[in-house]
Amino acid sequence: MKARSFWTVSVLTALAWGHAGAAEGVDWSGYVSLEPRFFPHSPQFPGQPGSGMSPSAVFAPEMRLAWNDGDDRLTFAPWARWDADDAERSHLDLREASWLRVRGPWTWRLGLGRVFWGVTESRHLVDIVNQSDRVEDVDDEDKLGQPMIAVERWTPAGTFGVFLLPGFRERSFPAPDARLRGPLPIDTDRAQYESGAGDRRVDWALRWSDAIGNWDLGMSAFRGTSREPRLLAAIDDGNRAVLIPRYDVITQVGIDAQYTEGAWLWKLETLARRGHGGTIEALVAGFEYTLFNVREAAADLGLLVEYLYDDRDQTAPPTIYDDDLFLGFRLSLNDTDGTAVLGGAVVDGNGSLAVLEVERRLGDVWKFEAEVRWFLGVDADESLLAGFRDDSFVTLRVSRYL
Amino acid sequence: MRIATIVVLPLCLIASVLGAERTAGAAGSPADRGREIAEEVDRRDAGFGDSVVGLVMTLTSSDGRERRRRLTWRTLEAAVPGDGDRSLAVFHEPRDMEGTAFLTHTHVDREDDQWLYLPSLKRVKRIASANKSSAFVGSDFAYEDLLSDEVEKFDYEWLRDESCGSAQCFLIDRRPRYAGSGYARQLVWIDQKEFRPVRIEYYDRRNRHQKTLMFEEYRLYLGRFWRAHLMRMDNHQTGKATLLSFSEFDFQTGLTPQDFEPDVLRRLR
Repeated sequence: MKARSFWTVSVLTALAWGHAGAAEGVDWSGYVSLEPRFFPHSPQFPGQPGSGMSPSAVFAPEMRLAWNDGDDRLTFAPWARWDADDAERSHLDLREASWLRVRGPWTWRLGLGRVFWGVTESRHLVDIVNQSDRVEDVDDEDKLGQPMIAVERWTPAGTFGVFLLPGFRERSFPAPDARLRGPLPIDTDRAQYESGAGDRRVDWALRWSDAIGNWDLGMSAFRGTSREPRLLAAIDDGNRAVLIPRYDVITQVGIDAQYTEGAWLWKLETLARRGHGGTIEALVAGFEYTLFNVREAAADLGLLVEYLYDDRDQTAPPTIYDDDLFLGFRLSLNDTDGTAVLGGAVVDGNGSLAVLEVERRLGDVWKFEAEVRWFLGVDADESLLAGFRDDSFVTLRVSRYL
Repeated sequence: MRIATIVVLPLCLIASVLGAERTAGAAGSPADRGREIAEEVDRRDAGFGDSVVGLVMTLTSSDGRERRRRLTWRTLEAAVPGDGDRSLAVFHEPRDMEGTAFLTHTHVDREDDQWLYLPSLKRVKRIASANKSSAFVGSDFAYEDLLSDEVEKFDYEWLRDESCGSAQCFLIDRRPRYAGSGYARQLVWIDQKEFRPVRIEYYDRRNRHQKTLMFEEYRLYLGRFWRAHLMRMDNHQTGKATLLSFSEFDFQTGLTPQDFEPDVLRRLR
């Protein structure tokens, strides 16, 4: 999205704030956190920071204002990160700047927002509305605010939604001299679009979802600029090899389903997409099984198994999830401090990504988190992960909630 | 029935005196009598419609350290007889959980349905309701202690009548019939006059006395429905305690089944 429309939304939101002003009071939340990252290995490419600690900090306040008994709500959630070593990772965003209007079964949303679709844990296949904020993490769970005009209607036959998405947010990538930038620098200034409207194309999406007995079902369709770019080889002004993001126009349909019974959650996400050349079919399917109250110690242990398949060829945006198995676990101690551990790995013959996350509350308003992202057994030549193999890292985060 | 139910917990005042006496004085086996008392508790709370209440949970560790949870709890009475109530808990504190919501559809004849809303990801997630015996946000309440427990979910046995504080109580032994309970049985003291719970003792799967719940500061709403405004759960095995303190209840606020649909969680804030 162009800076101009981004700021237009911000100003409109600010005006609406002023207008709604004296209503039912502003509700504050959010957090500020210090989160150094540690890169234990020496860098693979010249110019990247050496091993050791890389300081970073986040300020993420959220303000909400409600009136009409909460049926009208304004939400304003800016995001600011400072990073000592990655100029692209130091960034501002508006995660949310929207007006939510509830009228009986109707829900209207206007402004920048976040929409999540899907059920699986290892990959969020059908979740397409928001762009990934890739400088944040490699797990695609951090998203940029998406401009939208959305209307959803609840009916006894499920919830139907129409999403108009004016304006495209480019995927963020680490700076050319930063860790986790991959094998070649990505020149985002030269991003290409299939659409003649560039980043101002109006995309749209449709959604249906319902809970029927033990099933939670969803179907979605999307037509517009792909959130995933292809990366084209090119030469920059200084005669260096770079990659240029190219955003194709795609059509995608997706299905997500979960069947819940006893301690079992059975999950499926699948999509078909056209627009990167051929047709892509992809799937994530698996289960989560939870052992509750393990050994009467009050802890819950969840076991996660998901199979990932994606038949895209070389012309499409690259993915590591072509034919892989994800194995993971989730341990919740159910203690006063909410201690939880999540671990897992996408297992692949020529390179794996393992994750470990630990969180624990410190008192009522502080929280400690540790996140490990580890690249394992990455082949030097073949794998997409080759350019990341020395970029395993540990994030330590201490947050003060507002 | 909802003897143990935290927020749902209700008991009505102006029940027919005749009905009460008939129940209390009913002949028949201790099992029949226990069940009849449970049914009367349920009957007296029928018709409350919906309720909204603010709730502060204070968790005290064995060494006296305190932690606070603050939430809003909405309850909708079953629209269809034979189905269970619906409840929606939204967290305000601890602050890292702000906006997190738990939605439960209880059922009489099958497993409950339960969804979790995670505001940081804007994600609605159905979770396994087999979590019955797990601690609710690190408190001394298990999920099964907090949710509407329908009459059909237990087997009952009336043990005896005895005094409980200033009142006279029925003492009932009830055993969970649903899968995944952390309890072998519960002893429930029910006020004979108002048919509201006064005290519950929880016995773990090995039949050891694990916890005791006390109901205090009952207030009457709409002339019919009793609600406790203070509940104290002591865990005798860990030395911990959880105190629930309720604000004024709002009844019949106009909530509908639609307000308790999983898709609606996304528009809570």
